[in-house]
Amino acid sequence: MSRIEKRFAQAKAANRPALVTYVMAGDPDLATSRAIMEALPQAGSDIIEFGMPFSDPMADGVAIQLGGQRAPAGGMTPRGVLGMVEDFRRKDETTPIVLMGYYNPIYIFGVDKFLAAAKDAGVDGLIIVDLPPEEDEELCIPALKAGINFIRLTTPTTDDKRLPTVLHNTSGFVYYVSMNGITGAAIKSRGAVGEAVERIKSHTDLPVAVGFGIKTAEDAAEIGRHADGIVVGTVLVDAVGKSLVDGKASDKTVSAVRDIVASPAAGVKRARE
Amino acid sequence: MAVSGLYGGRFVAETLMPLILDLEQQYRAAKLDPAYQAELKDSAIHYTGRPSPLYFAKRLTEHLGGAKVWFKREELNHTGSHKINNCSGQILLAKRMGKTRIIAETGAGQHGVATATVCAKFDLPCTIFMGATDVERQKPNVLRMKMLGAEVRPVTAGAGTLKDAMNEALRDWVTNVDTTYYLIGTAAGPHPYPEMVRDFQSVIGTELKEQFRAAEGKLPEAIVACVGGGSNAIGTFHAFLDNPEVAIYGAEAGGHGVDVENGHAASMTGGSPGVLHGNRTYLLQDKDGQILEGHSISAGPDYPGVGPEHSFLHDTKRVTYVPITDNEALAAFQLCTRMEGIIPALESAHGLARVIKLAPTMSKDQSVVLCLSGRGDKDVESVGNYLGLL
Repeated sequence: MSRIEKRFAQAKAANRPALVTYVMAGDPDLATSRAIMEALPQAGSDIIEFGMPFSDPMADGVAIQLGGQRAPAGGMTPRGVLGMVEDFRRKDETTPIVLMGYYNPIYIFGVDKFLAAAKDAGVDGLIIVDLPPEEDEELCIPALKAGINFIRLTTPTTDDKRLPTVLHNTSGFVYYVSMNGITGAAIKSRGAVGEAVERIKSHTDLPVAVGFGIKTAEDAAEIGRHADGIVVGTVLVDAVGKSLVDGKASDKTVSAVRDIVASPAAGVKRARE
Repeated sequence: MAVSGLYGGRFVAETLMPLILDLEQQYRAAKLDPAYQAELKDSAIHYTGRPSPLYFAKRLTEHLGGAKVWFKREELNHTGSHKINNCSGQILLAKRMGKTRIIAETGAGQHGVATATVCAKFDLPCTIFMGATDVERQKPNVLRMKMLGAEVRPVTAGAGTLKDAMNEALRDWVTNVDTTYYLIGTAAGPHPYPEMVRDFQSVIGTELKEQFRAAEGKLPEAIVACVGGGSNAIGTFHAFLDNPEVAIYGAEAGGHGVDVENGHAASMTGGSPGVLHGNRTYLLQDKDGQILEGHSISAGPDYPGVGPEHSFLHDTKRVTYVPITDNEALAAFQLCTRMEGIIPALESAHGLARVIKLAPTMSKDQSVVLCLSGRGDKDVESVGNYLGLL
């Protein structure tokens, strides 16, 4: 059983959705980012989504765009991201880590080289926003061969006819994007999200996690009634940004993220009450 | 599906994929629909003013002392550039698809103006994304767009140029995918955009070929166009790709010189293949795959990428892509203005700078044709500043 499977099974056994937290690797600097990463499981995060900075994040709102600029400015590179995962794994062998980002940095690193290094470092899965199933040959299939899950995004525009295509090579879990929009936007209808999750579940046995626009404990609780996992990202990256003093990490940076995670962590616990 | 081998593709978020697949189907159907073709042709003749003339630049020819120099006068089109050719085609598609709102990115503003123009004609609301830096250096076009009824949204992310405008347009599209058609102006982006834009622009080369044959009874020895994203270039080149006797040159934005770090936007001369904005193509990027900001005196050609078909033509060496510096483009701009009484767009002046180098190396019975893709009215203020005339 993979780390991701195990973690979703544990959450299911506890009758609650899993909490997936997204932070940007290396934001705002290596040491602070490492401390944030280590604080996440203690604060209630079940799975860590680790953002790989990219200069042109076309699916991200302002908060994550800014995080993606702070991280490279602080020296973060694709190699550095893998190094952070490797360090984390020495202390934590159970929390799944999913790298999320865009294809070009991996393409330039070299797909096979990247996958081998990611596997060695202890990466469990990849979410690559700009690789739809039409481009499966690029990274999805090589990743599956390398033993790394390729977690696909499905969206409100993915209809029943297309859904099987999207689910075909998906593994680990399915990531349902709650709305047509970019990260950090507002969810228009929580009810519609619930229906969409049920629709996806009728097509697959994989866990379905919902992300984009989840900010509060209420969001987490309500969406978590249907979903097997909920993803929180923008509010965490935004908290990093707001904690900075003169552009640098302050003594509040790590605790700001930890405090915010506590809210959806409480939300997932009462989701099925 | 790739344009050709390595290049092209559909590297977009899942939200957009169903629409992009639908767009491809609709485009295939429209291509075969005589009513669509007839409407497009009528618009080309009576609205755009096609065919654009092929003009023999007599004084410039005498001055350069070599090959005959000709201009394909795309700057005489309605709205002042070749961009209208593509907008006229895509707006009809947007209508067919039942879309009620148009968005577009623009660099120099030529595509923004052409988009705002067809949106006025077809009564569709439109939002144009334009880098804040470009809004500053292309004010006349910003005013034109606003007068035509478009909302111009300045984009402050990054360097505030075309790349950033395209990111923001993609974000808007993801958010409003149900209602909105993204009218991409350059021959890049996810498939089928590069192919569509090429098809709509290839009227340039098709007309040129006929007109030149009528004038000289043969094919020109060389054709030249400037390449930013590459829409006027692919439109000019396409009809000649299977005529190996015609030498083809693309002029890239060499900025301060290709040896100057971050000082140019010559993505083929100074870049490498990567994935951005939906396609794989030559890009300016660092060793970690982060995209760099290009530099050019000219807004638009500072885009750090290029259409995927150009990447293919570069690799196969069918087209020779050469960098032209800011200063060479400025000199060509002035020479054309003084010698032919035509103020060219700074983009097109890059192509002319290549012609200025090329013509003297050719014999007097040979010919070189430049695609004069746009007029330079929008550039007079910024060129005036560079030259200290203001």
